[in-house]
Amino acid sequence: MNAPKAPTPSQPPDPSRSSYYISDALYGELIAGFTDWQDDTRAVTDVGARDEFRRLIEREARLLDQFRYDDWLAMYLPECVYWAPSTPNAGDPRREIAVMFDDRRRLEDRIYRINTGFAWSQAPQSRTVRLVTNVEVFATATSNVRMLRSNFLISEFWDKETRMLTGWAGHRVVRSGDGWKIAAKQINLLECYQAIRNLSIIL
Amino acid sequence: MTALEKVGAPPTRLGGTALYDWDCLVQEDRAHRLVYTDPAIFEAEMTQIFGGTWTYLAHESEIPNANDFITRRLGLRPLIIVRDAEGKIRALYNRCTHRGTTLCRFDKGNSKSFQCPYHGWNFLNTGRLRGVPWPEGYAADLRDPKYNLAQVARVESYRGFVFGTLNLDALPLTEHLGPIATVIDEWLDRNPGGEVVVCEANRFRFKANWKLAYDNSCDGYHVAYSHRSLLETENRFAGENAKGMAYYRNSPDTQAMYMRYTGHGNHYKDRRPNLEKRPGGLWALESAHPGMEHYEAEFIERYGERAFSLLDLAGSEPVNINVFPNLSLLGNHIQVFEPVSVDETNAVWYGTMIVDDGSIGADGVRDINALRMRTQEGFPNFGEVDDIANFEQIQRGLMAVEDEWVYMHRGLGIPDRVKTNVDGTITAPATDEAFMREHFKEWKRLMQTRANLAIRREP
Ligand code: FES
Ligand SMILES: [Fe+2]
Repeated sequence: MNAPKAPTPSQPPDPSRSSYYISDALYGELIAGFTDWQDDTRAVTDVGARDEFRRLIEREARLLDQFRYDDWLAMYLPECVYWAPSTPNAGDPRREIAVMFDDRRRLEDRIYRINTGFAWSQAPQSRTVRLVTNVEVFATATSNVRMLRSNFLISEFWDKETRMLTGWAGHRVVRSGDGWKIAAKQINLLECYQAIRNLSIIL
Repeated sequence: MTALEKVGAPPTRLGGTALYDWDCLVQEDRAHRLVYTDPAIFEAEMTQIFGGTWTYLAHESEIPNANDFITRRLGLRPLIIVRDAEGKIRALYNRCTHRGTTLCRFDKGNSKSFQCPYHGWNFLNTGRLRGVPWPEGYAADLRDPKYNLAQVARVESYRGFVFGTLNLDALPLTEHLGPIATVIDEWLDRNPGGEVVVCEANRFRFKANWKLAYDNSCDGYHVAYSHRSLLETENRFAGENAKGMAYYRNSPDTQAMYMRYTGHGNHYKDRRPNLEKRPGGLWALESAHPGMEHYEAEFIERYGERAFSLLDLAGSEPVNINVFPNLSLLGNHIQVFEPVSVDETNAVWYGTMIVDDGSIGADGVRDINALRMRTQEGFPNFGEVDDIANFEQIQRGLMAVEDEWVYMHRGLGIPDRVKTNVDGTITAPATDEAFMREHFKEWKRLMQTRANLAIRREP
C-alpha cells in the first residue's frame, strides 16, 4: 500500500490523500440524517435564513456551471460525502451500488480526470446550465447543522445535443466560522434506477 | 500520393429469409458497417441471436423467494422472470394473451398472479389463465392452452446465472457454456460459499449498436488509450506501485495475460497471470476508494494476518468473462447488454456482494461489502463513460456509407501468435482481436441458420 501513514493526534489525516472518515458509523449516521425533511415541524420559516441557504445552493450550481472546481470544493468541509443513490429511496450504500458515492479524494479524482485532457466523454467538456428551486430548510437535532432540500434541473449540452437530468438534492450544512459548509450532499436523480445517458459531468 | 478508391454497389438485401449473403458481410478480417447500422439485420438478430442461442436473463439472487418476480427482456420481448410457488424459475412473456398489453409494469416485486390492466384477465405466475371478467361472454373454451401466457421454451441456470433460449436444438446450457463454465466457477469460488448476490447497478444507455459493446468486452488493445484518463487518475499518487490496469501501458502482448476463445461466441481475458498470487495481492492493486484506509486499518486490528485475504474480496477480480451475446463478468460486476434498437443499447453493470457463509461473520461481511460497493463504482464512473463515448462515436463514424469496413485483424496472419489448443479453444495475446473474429463467426452461423425456435405454454 502506498497509503499515507495512519493518523496520529498531532497529524490529522489529509482527506485529499487518505480516506479514514468513511466508516460504518458514518454510513449509519448518513442514512439516518437524510430523513430530517420528513418532519414538517423542523421546517425553518425565517425568510432571512432561507435566503442565506438558497444563495448557497445557487452559488454551488453556478460554480459547477462555470467549471470553477476549486471554489466549488471549498464550499465543502474537508471530510465530505457526495452521494447519488441508485434507488429512489436512497437505500444503504453499504449494500447497494450507488450511481456515485464519493469522498473528497474521489471528487478530486473526478476533477483530475477531466483535466487530463484524455477523458473522451468530456472532450470537449459538456456545457451545463443548472436550475435550482424549491429550496426548503430544516433544523436538526444539532443546532449547528441544517438539512436543505431542493429540486434541480441540469441541462447538459454535449456533441450537438442537449439533454436533461432532473431530481432533488439534499444538503447537510454545518456552521463553520461565520458561514456554512456542506458536509454531505445527496443527489436523487429521477431516473436513478433506470438506464441513463452517459453521466460524465460532475453532477 | 493518395489512391482513388472506386465506390462499388453496397451489399444488397436478398429476397426471402436469407436477408444477405452473410459471407460477404462478415469476412475473416473485417465486418461490413451494415451489421451495425441496418435495422433489418437488427430485427433478424432479435430472433436469430437473442432467442436463437442461450441468452442471459437474470441472476437467481434477484428473485430469491417464492413468487418473486423481475421484469426483463429477451431481445425486445418483454418478460416477467418469476420464481413460482414451487420454486421453478420461468420466463413468462409479459404480454396478455387477450389483446397484447403488458401485464406488469413494475421492475420487481412479489406476486402469485398478474392481472392485465386493460380488461382484467388474470394469470397465475405459472402462466396459466386463472380467470377473466364475465366469462359467460365467451363461446370459446378459455381453458384452451393457447390463452395461457407464452413462456421462453427453455430456461436453465448455471450456478445462479439464468439463461433462456427458444432454440430447441441448442445444447444443454452447461454443454453450451463448455470451457467458459470453469472460468465462471473460479470467478464465483473466490467468494465465501462460492456465491454472490446482485445489489443494484450502474445503468447506462448509449446510442450505438449492442455489438459495439460486445466487441469491446475482451478488447485489450483499447485500454491504454481509451482509458488513459483513468490510468492517470488512478496513479496520480501511486509512485512505484502502479494501480489498476497500469500494466497495459507497457508492451501488453509480451505479458503473461492472454485472451482465450472457448466457443459459441464466448471468450475471456485472463489478467490473473500478471499478478503475484498472494493474500492482499488484489487489494494492493486497488486504486483509491472511499473508506479504504479506514477499513484496512480496522481489518488489520480485527483480523491480523487474515485481513488481507478478506480485503481481496473487495478487490476487483482481474478477468473479463464474456458469454455471447449479452453477458460480461468483469471485476466483480455482472454486466448485461440490452439491445434497444439498431443504434441504442443499455449496458447495466450489476454490482455483486458477498454473503455470510459463517466463515467471516456478519460484521466482516458488512464491511467487506461496504468497501466492495465503492471499488465497483470506480470503473463505471471513471472508465465506462469513455468507452460509451467511443461506442457512440463509432456508430456516428459508420454513417459514412462508402467507407464500408470495420477491421478486426490485429494478430491475424502473424505466425505462432494465435494458437489453437487441443481442446479447440483459441489463445492469443491480450491485445489481439482474435476474440472478435471468432465471435463474429458464431454471429454469422446463427444469422445463416434457420433455428428451430419454439415458445411454451402451460397445458
Ligand atoms: S388485453 Fe389484457 S385483458 Fe384485454
Ligand atoms: Fe474499456
